[in-house]
Amino acid sequence: MSRDGTLDGAIDIAAPAAAVLRPAPRRRGGRLLRACVTNPGFLIGLLILMTVSGIALLAPWLFPGDPQDMVAAPTLWPGEDWAYPLGTDSLGRDVASGLAHGARVSLMVGLSATAIGLVIGTLVGASAGYFGGHVDNILSRLTEVFQTVPTFLLVIVIVAIVQPAASTIALAIGVASWPTVARLVRAQFRSLREADFVMAARSLSYSAPRIIVMEILPNALPPIIVTTSVMVANAILTEAGLSFLAMGDPNLVSWGSMIGDGRDLLRTDWFLTALPGAAIALTVLSLNLVGDGLNDILNPRSGLA
Amino acid sequence: MTYPLLRVEDLTIGFPYGTVVHGVSFDVHPGETMALVGESGCGKSITAFALMRLLPPGARIQGGHVIFDGVDLAAAAPHALRDIRGRSLSLILQEPMTSLNPVLPIGMQIAEVMRRHEGIGKAAARRRSVELLELVGVTDADRRYDDFPHHFSGGMRQRVMIAMAVACKPRLLIADEPTTALDVTIQAQVLELLDDLRRQLGMAVLLITHDLGVVAQWADRVTVMYAGRVVEQAPVRPFFATPQHPYARGLLDASVGHDGEAHYTTRRLNEIPGSIASAAGEAGCPFAPRCPDRIAACRRAPPVLTALGPDHNVACIVAAGTDHVAVDR
Repeated sequence: MSRDGTLDGAIDIAAPAAAVLRPAPRRRGGRLLRACVTNPGFLIGLLILMTVSGIALLAPWLFPGDPQDMVAAPTLWPGEDWAYPLGTDSLGRDVASGLAHGARVSLMVGLSATAIGLVIGTLVGASAGYFGGHVDNILSRLTEVFQTVPTFLLVIVIVAIVQPAASTIALAIGVASWPTVARLVRAQFRSLREADFVMAARSLSYSAPRIIVMEILPNALPPIIVTTSVMVANAILTEAGLSFLAMGDPNLVSWGSMIGDGRDLLRTDWFLTALPGAAIALTVLSLNLVGDGLNDILNPRSGLA
Repeated sequence: MTYPLLRVEDLTIGFPYGTVVHGVSFDVHPGETMALVGESGCGKSITAFALMRLLPPGARIQGGHVIFDGVDLAAAAPHALRDIRGRSLSLILQEPMTSLNPVLPIGMQIAEVMRRHEGIGKAAARRRSVELLELVGVTDADRRYDDFPHHFSGGMRQRVMIAMAVACKPRLLIADEPTTALDVTIQAQVLELLDDLRRQLGMAVLLITHDLGVVAQWADRVTVMYAGRVVEQAPVRPFFATPQHPYARGLLDASVGHDGEAHYTTRRLNEIPGSIASAAGEAGCPFAPRCPDRIAACRRAPPVLTALGPDHNVACIVAAGTDHVAVDR
């Protein structure tokens, strides 16, 4: 078409205008940035999440040594000895060190469990929703079988069978949590596969995997992202619950195990429970804020476009 | 006569509950605009989707051939179809508001078509997409490349859809009521654009519409469908001058002319009594229950398409003068 005379003319006319408005390709990034900084909930959530992640990443340098080592007199209150700013527990272990190292375990388990759950759930849900028919029937029944078993119970059963290490706990939580994603993704795909733009994509002979990944998935993304943040939060809570029941990784300190250990001294040294509890609450809250914020920001139609 | 680009032969399409398209046949020649006309529910859209082999779930081609460029699309293997669809045979849908993916920039959606079918690089695809956008009349195309569909009005979106459809220079463009969702001024612009592109790219257009004004202005030939059957086929001029099938006559009587005496302020518009639903269960001509000219023989068997003159066919025993044949049988 470029050989066509009239078209070349059109390009010439358009060229100066395009030159004046050169920063066009950056518009999309600019919009996202603007949407981020004008969303206070998202910013607060992100700040907390980054602080927690920073502490988790820097834990080996901030608090060198094993957090399970007994380093001081037991049950020092926070501020009593500034070498241990958050006090020590009933065995004389440093609470601050435990919280920092516990953040590593909690975030790692939370993220990898969610990643596993998301991958399985999206694959199952997208196939069921897009292809329909027998594929849908089989996959939906499979999802329902998993849904009839309470998540926490399923995790306990899996962890009881395999060794309770952080990796197997993450795997167990991921395997137990995918049905939520699968059902959500399936519902999205069911409605979106009837959309005109999917018909248009089929008329352009795009392959089924391409239509699923490139055309439908981006449209189904906002609810999936929100669910993801809730899933990370749930995975952290599930891991904490497991550790509280002493079914977590015995070689690692996690927030849940700290709460479990502090339970006996709840009346006298309540900070042993309250501090890791606050850490869990803050992290879960920040994830929810970030998820909500992302939902608004990623929608190209949200006000600022 | 040139060899047809698309020959539809005896195409029959059915759902599990019944047949909706009964043995439709028509040709589209290279470079021409063929209009497929009929009221809602007469099977024209489903015929178009069948040509692309994109029938809704449950619908099935029960018989016939769709010979496009020497390949029978009705029987072609999926991998053969993949090379044809979107490349030499493309489709424009009715609803520009929902036919573009809302979360992808429009330029990328056009570029992807060429990358898929012609395997060109990202930069080349972008350059050609910008050219295409200019070709379809999107001003400031380079800047608008990264815009999302919701930044565009309906008419502009339909232009983007057209750019996608002609990206690989198709030999046949199927336009399923491309202007129904647009207002009248935009409608004329879009049809003019389609006609320009047809000339520039040397493609044929199969225009599916229910608007006879559009047919008169833009089409070369017309095929009228009623209740899943072709009732009349003719070049546009003879069709509008002397429509032969009573249904076609009824349609023309029911439309308002711009010029002259036929105006709704001076006379009542004629209408075709009854509705298309009366065709259900009719053993003979599907139009017989509503037809002013029907004779007893009409109700015996569906009339066959009979040649009246060169390129002018009609499926009506009265108009074709074959009623005595039917009576004799």
